Amino acid sequence: MIEVENITKSFDGTQVLKGISTVFEKGKTNLIIGQSGSGKTVFLKCLLGLFQADSGKILFEGKRLKKMNLKERTILRQEMGMVFQGSALFDSMTVEENIMFPMQMFTQKGDEEIRDRVNSVIKRVNLINANDKLPDEISGGMKKRVAIARAIVMNPKYLFCDEPNSGLDPKTAIIIDNLIKEITEEYNITTVINTHDMNSVMEIGEKIVFLKNGLKAWEGTKKDIFNTDNEAVTNFVYSSDLFKKVREVYLKDDQTGTTSA
Amino acid sequence: MKILSKIGIYFLMLKSVFGKFTKWKILKQLILKDIDTLIIGSLGIVSFISFFVGGVVAIQTALNLENPLLPKNLIGFATRQSVILEFAPTFISIIMAGKVGSYITSSIGTMRVTEQIDALEVMGINTYNYLIFPKIVALSLYPLIISLSMFLGIFGGYIACVYGGFSSSTEFIEGIQTDFIPFHVTYAFIKTFFFSFILATIPSYHGYFMTGGALEVGKASTVSFVWTSVAIILVNYLITQLILA
Repeated sequence: MIEVENITKSFDGTQVLKGISTVFEKGKTNLIIGQSGSGKTVFLKCLLGLFQADSGKILFEGKRLKKMNLKERTILRQEMGMVFQGSALFDSMTVEENIMFPMQMFTQKGDEEIRDRVNSVIKRVNLINANDKLPDEISGGMKKRVAIARAIVMNPKYLFCDEPNSGLDPKTAIIIDNLIKEITEEYNITTVINTHDMNSVMEIGEKIVFLKNGLKAWEGTKKDIFNTDNEAVTNFVYSSDLFKKVREVYLKDDQTGTTSA
Repeated sequence: MKILSKIGIYFLMLKSVFGKFTKWKILKQLILKDIDTLIIGSLGIVSFISFFVGGVVAIQTALNLENPLLPKNLIGFATRQSVILEFAPTFISIIMAGKVGSYITSSIGTMRVTEQIDALEVMGINTYNYLIFPKIVALSLYPLIISLSMFLGIFGGYIACVYGGFSSSTEFIEGIQTDFIPFHVTYAFIKTFFFSFILATIPSYHGYFMTGGALEVGKASTVSFVWTSVAIILVNYLITQLILA
């Protein structure tokens, strides 16, 4: 579980995060949504410790990130997996080497044991015949799978994903979303996903935090998002005609008691 | 004030390079890879330039020896002095700032742009040590390149002089041996040692702290070349003043 209490962050006098508090629960896919420039990425980077928040608290299982010593912080980092927007695969390494890398770096396990674990993870994310390929030689969807495999190879407690669907076709995006959700449940990890893809919200959003201008404007579940009368959320989520229609149908069905959500 | 802040960040970066060390098994691979790219990969261009510039130095000297009273062995003497004192250590280092420096800046800069450095940081790796330390170690072999450059520069001078008909082989070799001060070679290698550190760290700084996209990677490489060259020239002056003056 990750608890965030009133965090703020400024760059060159511009306040990007203006006091955000929330809780990301274990075994759930927690989504951070909001328009571009709303502070999603900065918020995620604060959680990861890549940026240090100016004020407020970030607690991992009750332990404050800022108060952790170097050893505790190093251990925490090894418990984190991250899927970056552009996958961030090491382009001089093959797919297999990319996935192996965290294990080679942080474990004392032998090559064979590492290879076994890597192969099981590769199988889990359905990467077929790609072990010896370089990141440049595989598709965007496969890159995401490699990034997910690398993120989970160390059995992390926390999985962070920054725009995991960006640049993917709708079908592959759904596959990646479902893969993340399955892994979250299977490994019982705390997953935090940064997205502005409404399909993801509808598919896997177990908890949704909506940011606007550096503030938490709303939070709830994907079911709540249909019923909310928060104007900022409805303007953002239902900006497309398709989602407006989906909501209308949902609310109509909800009134007649036929909704299964 | 901005430049002072940047210099401060550069020295803090150097401190972090020697902070938490990367696992030796991984570091060893990175060092060997960097030796291959930065040292072995530079041998061709350094050999080519050294040979022909050495030849040109010899021809230029020969053409300027108009006074018949001046001995022909001066060609060999001037070629040796130019190559050992300045051409091999300094001129080649400027060329290396273009070749190796740009490579370092663009490779680290691309890693920054594509969030590969962030990925390493999230894993808890000391990215300064992981990215920069292997380059410092690899470039500690840089004096070998300079030794080769010295040899080929003088050899190029010899070929150009003898086969160009400017002096005999005996005269050129006699010139090379005239008033030879072994400390000049030591001085050249002391300079080279400092230059190798500059070549590894200044381009790394420009790559590591760059922001933006692909266009900025190109800009960072250019800026890196300029500042690496400036640092080499300044350090060259300081060391010459301290050691030879």
